[in-house]
Amino acid sequence: MNDSRLIASGLRNLRRPAPPSLAPRVFEQLGLTDAYVEVEGPIGPLFVAFGLRGISLVERAGPGHDAGDFEEQFRATFGRPVRRVARAPQLIERVIEARVWGHRRPDKSVPVDLHQLPEFEQQVLRKVLEIPRGEVRPYAWVAAEVGRPLAVRAVGNAVARNPIPFVIPCHRVVRSDGRIGQYGAGGPQAKRAVLEAEGMDTDEMERLPAKGVRFIGSDTTHIYCYPSCRNARRVTPAHRVTFRSTDDSRHAGYRPCHVCRPVDAPFRAA
Amino acid sequence: MDELPARLASDLDGSFEDLVRGHQDLVFGVALRVVRDSGRAEDVAQEAFVRAYRALKKYPRQRIRELRPRPWLARIAINLARNDVRRVRSYDDLAAVGDRAAAPNEGPAGLAERRDERNMWSRLLAELPPRYGLAVALRHVDGLSYDELSQTLDRPLGSVKSDVHRGVALLRAAYDAEQRRIAETEAAS
Repeated sequence: MNDSRLIASGLRNLRRPAPPSLAPRVFEQLGLTDAYVEVEGPIGPLFVAFGLRGISLVERAGPGHDAGDFEEQFRATFGRPVRRVARAPQLIERVIEARVWGHRRPDKSVPVDLHQLPEFEQQVLRKVLEIPRGEVRPYAWVAAEVGRPLAVRAVGNAVARNPIPFVIPCHRVVRSDGRIGQYGAGGPQAKRAVLEAEGMDTDEMERLPAKGVRFIGSDTTHIYCYPSCRNARRVTPAHRVTFRSTDDSRHAGYRPCHVCRPVDAPFRAA
Repeated sequence: MDELPARLASDLDGSFEDLVRGHQDLVFGVALRVVRDSGRAEDVAQEAFVRAYRALKKYPRQRIRELRPRPWLARIAINLARNDVRRVRSYDDLAAVGDRAAAPNEGPAGLAERRDERNMWSRLLAELPPRYGLAVALRHVDGLSYDELSQTLDRPLGSVKSDVHRGVALLRAAYDAEQRRIAETEAAS
């Protein structure tokens, strides 16, 4: 290496990144910690609020719920005001593009601010974040994944109280019996519309369990999945087998998919 | 980031976070160059962004749209950092940079430290005359262009260019001397 390159690289190595605490300190001092934008969502406009910890509140905007109502709601929830801005910071914008619109691959870490919620609800909502676009999982799956397989009803309550719908895709959590289930952001009809907007065939989703089909397997791989798992959808009709329960699948010599990790509902009703 | 000034002009509160996130390393780096202590550099950088925000609040939109954020922020940071050094020490800030780091550090520990690449460059840089040291650091450590450097230091382009070149030449001479010293010490032991 010649001298100038050596010097240039030696000096470049002296560069040090700003400490992570710098930006939050600046925003705190300027009172720029909480803001919100109005963006287009899958079934109409949304208000999206965010602060230093990430996205904190999402609600549908509409005739019955204007900016004033949203600001009121924010203040009631967090005890401080929120400012309206024209555009979200790039970090937040990227999350909205990925999570709400599906225009880019979602990042592994999502800046969502759940710290005010009880630990169990945080676990549930972080798990729901993992459900891919265009797929659904039962409440019982979320319960099993967070290590509380019997807490299906508690999962239902936590999902229903999701403060960040659309970004945390609570619409992708449905009943094991195929029925679409409740939805905090506008009821079952809205939930169906959001899933359809993401490319889910909700009629098919309901039809299979009505016929007693809970899982789909492939007779070439001997793996079984939830019907909407991307691996299940790749199975060609000729190789497609259906199962009523994980026991059925196991008896037939099939193993669960590592991607969707299918489980039975603990109760008939779940 | 080209459209950032336009966004700052139309929606300061909404885009200020991008200004901070996109320039915090630069602002912190520039402050660190002068105050030479990361805790104090962080304080200076924080103050620089706060001043920047308050200035942008007052500027007319046209002025914000024409702003070049990097040299503008670097200049705010460097001025605040110099004030900070002046406040803490009564003598000239940039002389202090040279004085403190130039303290001879001999013995086996000193030798090991000198072998350490980072320490070596940082010490050689600190031993340069202040005028050249700062210009070289802003150009080659923080990566400002000559154009940005000229705006940051508020001096003509030709003059900052010649400072950087002169500084790099001095650095090269110091580096060669250093290598010779290490070779001699090793040969003697």
